[in-house]
Amino acid sequence: MTASPKEKGGPRSRGDLVLKAVVGAAALGVIAILVGLGVELTSGSWLSLKTFGLGFITGSTWDPYHDIFNVFPFILGTLITSALALLLGLPIGLGVAIFLSERAGRTRGLVTALGSLVELLAAVPSVIYGLWGLLVLVPVMREYVEPTLKTYLGFTQLFNAAPFGLDLLTAGVVLTIMIIPTISAVSRDVLNAVPNSQREAMYSLGATDWEVTRKAVLPYARSGIFGATILGLGRAVGETMAVTFVVGNATALPTSIISPGYTLTSLIVNQFGTTTDPLSDAALVEVGLVLFMLALVINFFARLLVWRMTRSTRFRV
Amino acid sequence: MTSIYQKGRRQEWRRVFDRIMKGLVILAVVIAVIPLVLVVWDVVSQGLPAITLNFFTHNPPSPCSSSQIASGSAMCWGGILNGIEGSLLMVGMATLIAVPVGIGAGIYFSEWPESRLSFISSFTNDVLAEFPTITIGLFIFVLIVETTRTFSAVAGAASLAIIMLPIVARTTEESLKLVPTTLREASMALGIPRWKTIFRIVISTGRSGLATGILLAIARAAGETAPLVVTAGYLNFPPSGLFQPTASIPYIIYNFGTGGDYSNWTTTAWGAALSLVVFMLILNLSVKFFIGRRFAGVRAEI
Amino acid sequence: MPEPTSLMGVQPKFETKGLKAGFRSTWVLKGIDLKIPPNRVTAVMGPSGCGKTTFVRCLNRLHELTPGATVEGEALLDGENIYDRNADPVAVRRRIGMVFQKPNPFPTMSIYHNVVAGLTLNGERDKKKLDHAVEQSLRGAYLWDEVKDKLSNSGASLSGGQQQRLCIARALAVEPEVLLMDEPCSALDPTATAKIEELIAQLKRDYTIIIVTHNLQQASRVSDYTAFFYLGKLVEFDETATLFENPKEELTERYITGKFG
Repeated sequence: MTASPKEKGGPRSRGDLVLKAVVGAAALGVIAILVGLGVELTSGSWLSLKTFGLGFITGSTWDPYHDIFNVFPFILGTLITSALALLLGLPIGLGVAIFLSERAGRTRGLVTALGSLVELLAAVPSVIYGLWGLLVLVPVMREYVEPTLKTYLGFTQLFNAAPFGLDLLTAGVVLTIMIIPTISAVSRDVLNAVPNSQREAMYSLGATDWEVTRKAVLPYARSGIFGATILGLGRAVGETMAVTFVVGNATALPTSIISPGYTLTSLIVNQFGTTTDPLSDAALVEVGLVLFMLALVINFFARLLVWRMTRSTRFRV
Repeated sequence: MTSIYQKGRRQEWRRVFDRIMKGLVILAVVIAVIPLVLVVWDVVSQGLPAITLNFFTHNPPSPCSSSQIASGSAMCWGGILNGIEGSLLMVGMATLIAVPVGIGAGIYFSEWPESRLSFISSFTNDVLAEFPTITIGLFIFVLIVETTRTFSAVAGAASLAIIMLPIVARTTEESLKLVPTTLREASMALGIPRWKTIFRIVISTGRSGLATGILLAIARAAGETAPLVVTAGYLNFPPSGLFQPTASIPYIIYNFGTGGDYSNWTTTAWGAALSLVVFMLILNLSVKFFIGRRFAGVRAEI
Repeated sequence: MPEPTSLMGVQPKFETKGLKAGFRSTWVLKGIDLKIPPNRVTAVMGPSGCGKTTFVRCLNRLHELTPGATVEGEALLDGENIYDRNADPVAVRRRIGMVFQKPNPFPTMSIYHNVVAGLTLNGERDKKKLDHAVEQSLRGAYLWDEVKDKLSNSGASLSGGQQQRLCIARALAVEPEVLLMDEPCSALDPTATAKIEELIAQLKRDYTIIIVTHNLQQASRVSDYTAFFYLGKLVEFDETATLFENPKEELTERYITGKFG
């Protein structure tokens, strides 16, 4: 990090003051945006806040025709799809990170190629993942995966529903694909930050490659990896379009993983414009407010964890 | 005393286990990469048939049943002209807003890092960079759409600008920080005032990084859908006014992809997806081009 | 290279034949033929860049872990070539312990678990055996009395000198035959250094010790034999007393008298 040279004493050029004021205003603007987000979302949802109070997030009825808006089913939907994404995405993302970090140098070209490929995953707009999910993944889920799951695991409530393919499970799978690059990129930075002397100490005790990774590298990096996971969680919670295409768009409380449902994000997008009464608008904005607070909390913690590990306030996503 | 040739069942098992874990790690990489390959393959194979010159010069078609399509009816064919113009308009406006503000904030973070405003703001910037974009859209919805009582290109552009801003600010900060302090000191020792130093020396040295940031931000904005749903809405025709609902390419993918089982609509959606992917590819390759060539210059100098 | 008279007929613990090591296309070690005697302290010294650290890291096959590293030649541990195609590096490293320049205890493990880290790798679970090993190794490293009441504290909570002794205990716990020490005292203060030198004098009764050092006084205090390296080649190898008082090579003499560092 380069420090800026201290200004010399004496009369400062007016240009300096002007520049500092202008760019300082820009920096202030960033803060203003975040604050404004909170303010506007609150004011925009005021009608709904007043009408439903806490029942907004505890109730399970979403009925535009009778002006009842409660979002618990959708909180559940967000939770289930994100949990699925993390469950599947963490091992895969971590595996990729371990490959890129620990096996680096064996074949340098391969590592950079694969690293770029995984990063390319992140560059594809989520709406395209959604389209692909709907037209390619859903039929596969409907014809093969879900009937199998229902046959063998249907005795648990988790898989006991009609397999249409447009459901929370499929949404979870698509989300997994989207958060893998996040988890792997951050974990990779974290793993690279583990000092080599730790690895060498473990090697010299007579450990295999995997034992070195498992006993010396991963424990050292664990808070950073936890941070990467939380960042992945944040991404999953905030993802909208990929989920919208495949989640089934049902406002009822989901009874199993292969039931259709909604997440907080996809609800907003799909329900927007279906009615034009101010209460429903306010309710949708309130969903946004709930998301806003969720995102703040998750982001804040993730950053804290990863920052401590890599000792820099910047990292790729 | 153990032998240097591994003997003993326990040792054998450790070796086998090591190989298994290495295999699993490779499996993870394969699983991670497969979706990308599949998606690209499908986008290309399904979208290519839709790509004709007309695709870029006409508006989207009406939904047609397969018999209507088979009969070759003219109303069953179309393109994404409205989306192209709408996206160009909104991304363009967003760039005009986000780039100056983003570069400004980035300069502040880089040149005055010790101030408390800098610390709080750059932290906020990072948080904003990963915020759910739908909430940003809702923010603009309340701020602009509800006030003007219409979906509009302006609202769409505003939400895209907020999404682009943190990217520009962050890359600006990082590229400027890469410029060696000695350059700044040398310039100021010559009596050049700080503000001129920053513009003439620092920014021009780091300019390829800045360009990278702008391109990356544009790529991000071009692919965003959710905020546009709640700010810009949609129109089947090219933009008719700054305060009118405006189409965009991602919205076309959304609308025509989920609109129902009409094969000409599905083809339109795939075609739009392919166009978007190609556009992204061009942008990303330009970024690699910039980083590869020009960026190296900064490091080689001092 | 003529053998020191006292080692004639003694079976070396470690013998290198034509050992070359380097990175990509440059050789750091250019062919070393050296016989390391058992149960003695052998110092390896020389100016920076002479290859002494590389040499020692070849002895426990650590060098090859660096990307681009190359090794040629033979290194015989009790007559068996550790670089044989069928030799298992994991088994090799088990028999050779290493202590590094900067103490590197595992910070996420307690003192207890640091010491037994190598034992649990091989699946040792018996609490009694582990407890016994912990006490023995910590005693052997002159650390037991200082930490016996705080075995569950983190390994990183100790002072620098204590951390280094913890690393020694950790290395001793797997009962190696050879102990490699790469400038073990260079990051420590004089008191800690003295303690470790005292320790080394005791350890040689049970282990063969090879110590890399750039500190001439330390070499003469601590070692029985000294090998002098220069620019990747072994210049002279003799009993420490002889080498320091009566070096046979001019290069050695110039190094010892400080004509170059």
